[in-house]
Amino acid sequence: MATDHITAAREISQERTRLVRSGLRRRHRNEAIFRGLGIAAIALALGFVALLFVDMTRKGIPAFVQSNLHLEVFFDPAIIDVGPAPVASEFASPAQYQAADLRWRRELALLNWNRILEASLMAKVPAGTEISSRELLSIPETNARHQLREMFVANPDLLGRTVPVDILASANADNWVKGNINRSLGDAQQQLSPAARTVIDAFEADGTITNGFAWALFTNTDSRAAPASAGLLGAFVGSLYMMLIVIVLAVPIGVAAAIYLEEFAPKSRLTDFIEVNINNLAAVPSIVFGLLGAAVFINYMHLPISAPLVGGLVLTLMTLPTIIIATRGALLGVSPALRQAALGMGASKTQMVFHHVLPVTLPSILTATILGVAHALGETAPLLLIGMKAFVAQVPATPLDQATALPVQIYLWQGNENRNFFEPRTAAAIMVLLGVMIVLNGTAIYLRSRLEKRV
Amino acid sequence: MNTLAVAGLLLVLLGLSYQTGWSRSRALVTTGGQKVHSRPQYHGAYTALWTMIPTLLVLLLWAWLGGEITHNYIVSQIPTDVLQSLDQAGLNATIERIRAIASGFGVAGDVAPFEQTAGENLRNFQMLTNIGVLLVAALCGGAALLYARKRITARLRARNAVERVINIVLLLCSAVAILTTLGIVTSLLTEALRFFTFIHPFDFFFGTVWAPNNAPGSGNYGRYGLLPLLAGTLMITAIAMLVAVPLGLMAAIYLSQYAPRRLRSIAKPLIEVLAGIPTIVFGFFALVTVGPFLRDFGRLVGLNINATSALTAGIVMGIMIIPFVSSLSDDILNQVPRTLRDGSYGLGATQSETIRKVLLPAALPGIVGAFLLAVSRAIGETMIVVLAAGNAPVLRGNPFEPVATITVSIVNQLTGDTDFSGPQSLVGFALGLTLFVITLGLNIFALYIVRRFREQYE
Repeated sequence: MATDHITAAREISQERTRLVRSGLRRRHRNEAIFRGLGIAAIALALGFVALLFVDMTRKGIPAFVQSNLHLEVFFDPAIIDVGPAPVASEFASPAQYQAADLRWRRELALLNWNRILEASLMAKVPAGTEISSRELLSIPETNARHQLREMFVANPDLLGRTVPVDILASANADNWVKGNINRSLGDAQQQLSPAARTVIDAFEADGTITNGFAWALFTNTDSRAAPASAGLLGAFVGSLYMMLIVIVLAVPIGVAAAIYLEEFAPKSRLTDFIEVNINNLAAVPSIVFGLLGAAVFINYMHLPISAPLVGGLVLTLMTLPTIIIATRGALLGVSPALRQAALGMGASKTQMVFHHVLPVTLPSILTATILGVAHALGETAPLLLIGMKAFVAQVPATPLDQATALPVQIYLWQGNENRNFFEPRTAAAIMVLLGVMIVLNGTAIYLRSRLEKRV
Repeated sequence: MNTLAVAGLLLVLLGLSYQTGWSRSRALVTTGGQKVHSRPQYHGAYTALWTMIPTLLVLLLWAWLGGEITHNYIVSQIPTDVLQSLDQAGLNATIERIRAIASGFGVAGDVAPFEQTAGENLRNFQMLTNIGVLLVAALCGGAALLYARKRITARLRARNAVERVINIVLLLCSAVAILTTLGIVTSLLTEALRFFTFIHPFDFFFGTVWAPNNAPGSGNYGRYGLLPLLAGTLMITAIAMLVAVPLGLMAAIYLSQYAPRRLRSIAKPLIEVLAGIPTIVFGFFALVTVGPFLRDFGRLVGLNINATSALTAGIVMGIMIIPFVSSLSDDILNQVPRTLRDGSYGLGATQSETIRKVLLPAALPGIVGAFLLAVSRAIGETMIVVLAAGNAPVLRGNPFEPVATITVSIVNQLTGDTDFSGPQSLVGFALGLTLFVITLGLNIFALYIVRRFREQYE
């Protein structure tokens, strides 16, 4: 009787253990699956980062190499038959000299520099090759004749002399040399004629065309007529101006606003409203700031369109909330002991804030500033609305000149029709932009870890 | 005006005034032996403020009015008969010529006698006014300096005065944030209202056809129906959320609950790198890599997927938002009190059971808030959609087809156009207003939820 009871109880308990065991197995399996899902999510996210960087690098690296033509150019006096360059001292006023100089340059511009270019190219073409001048001129960059003319303007003594000149190959020739275009495609789909392709191959074989680092990418501005010489310099300078304006305006104003709100403002409805307001401003889509810029700065204040000044102002307004919020957070984190000690020693509130609290928060403010500036640097949409996508062929001399910005340049290049040439170039521009970003963000992270340890 | 002279004057005045106040204060201490209220620096700053403010006011006044005065002077130098024969463009050209003569640069071609005399007069006039303005500014500054110097006594509360000025400057700086909001609201509202004088609001908000006629001049404006754009926006946002929320949430859970310290300290910043990548880069990536990949993949499984489609833009936007979702969720998960978790472990629950049955339900309001913030971010995103969504403002439900969104249409209607006279460009502001209201509503609601959630556990 008693043993029956014990056996039954044992069976029940064994049954229970079995149940728990099998349940445990299931639960541990679920645990592993859940954990696996977490790892998978992180792996996917990091995989995307890696894929993006690898993909952009793979696409962009070819654009850092560019085909160059090495030619011997003879500045033929028979073709360049203009008078000597005017000299400033012979004229009564600078304006008259300028007029004469312009006249001289205009005469030069009317000359057929392509004949000079053609002659120097022809000298390199292997004997017996049939090629028309049109086909021959499709090999060098379309602005090569301007390059020769500018060489002559800078140094009129070149007349009658033969000098070695390096000229960029045209975008199509560059594509052909680098294999960006499928060589087995039929003539109808090729941009270059069969004769031009043969000559390019011959040039490549005899060293007239070599591949070198694409300095043009960094030293030239954008160019529509001559895509192979299109570069980032103008956009880079435009972005630089805007970043300077953001730093000069957003940082002092943002920090001052944060100090006021955190330290001085009386707790009232108004300050609550400002706080809500700033939080919302931080989440307003960037394109709305572009609308604000177009309506207020350009349409109402009549500031110049496409100017880095307007872009900088718009980006400043966009960055302000970020800096204010970060600075307030940093101020809030300063230990009350520090404040009380300062006040106890007889410091006024302003002295306490500026002499004791603010220096402690400088690392955080610096980090927030760098991150905010990096974010502003990559912003594109608001700049499109204030006309910064205009084609600009000069390096902006002042923040009031027309300019574009690095991300906008990327936007413009990705839309170019010559995809074979501009896809690598766009990717290269992206690499430059990402490089600047990484340097900025890396500095911020480094500063944060280094300076915060000391406090 | 000679910038160098102005800068020099300001610097000299600044140094002089600060030094005056400072030494005056020191003199009070040494000769009088009195107890001085403020430290010498504050007396220096006090005098400097007194000096610089009137000086700057004079210079600003001249910067504001000077151009007009010079212009009028030049016009007065042109003989009346010549003046009457000139139209506006001719007048401007003549003024430019006179300015060029005055600057010594000269002009090409023949110079009319009146131009020569006008140029010479203008040169004298400019020299006189420049010197005059500098003198007046310096005199004002000097007088203010002397006045401030006289005011310095042992009992003068210089520090309080200086701090009051600092306070006012701080207040003005924080007003910039309000002015920005005000500027956004007024510019969007006024321009949108102007748009509604061309197009009836009903046709805009409930119209199903988006076909603006961008040729200016004709009376036919085209049709501006918001619904196709709204549908495109919502579709892309939904796809982005389907990508970002599971990935971001799982990543946050793993990083905050499971990951060893080392992994966390490496993986978290790496995921945040995604947040630092400019959106134009994501757009290009979507256009040249993700889009073609999806198209080929679709062909493989028998689906007709466009390379630029709602799917392409949505997936890449989802990737972009992952760090946003994960860092917000991470914060929120960390705010759930430890006691809840420990209680669950004490009852024998596994880690994943604790997370799913205790942590997530407790954190749900906060996560919903984070979700809404992410939605608002996705709705306002521009460049990915401009590049990768194909720009086809047609009302349809297929995510494999190109779509257009509100932001894309703003960019298309407004790029580089400052002529806000027709509905073609004004519609950008109506769209912007819609966007602003939607995102603002989402943000306020989300922040409210997040705040409530925080208070619940504080």
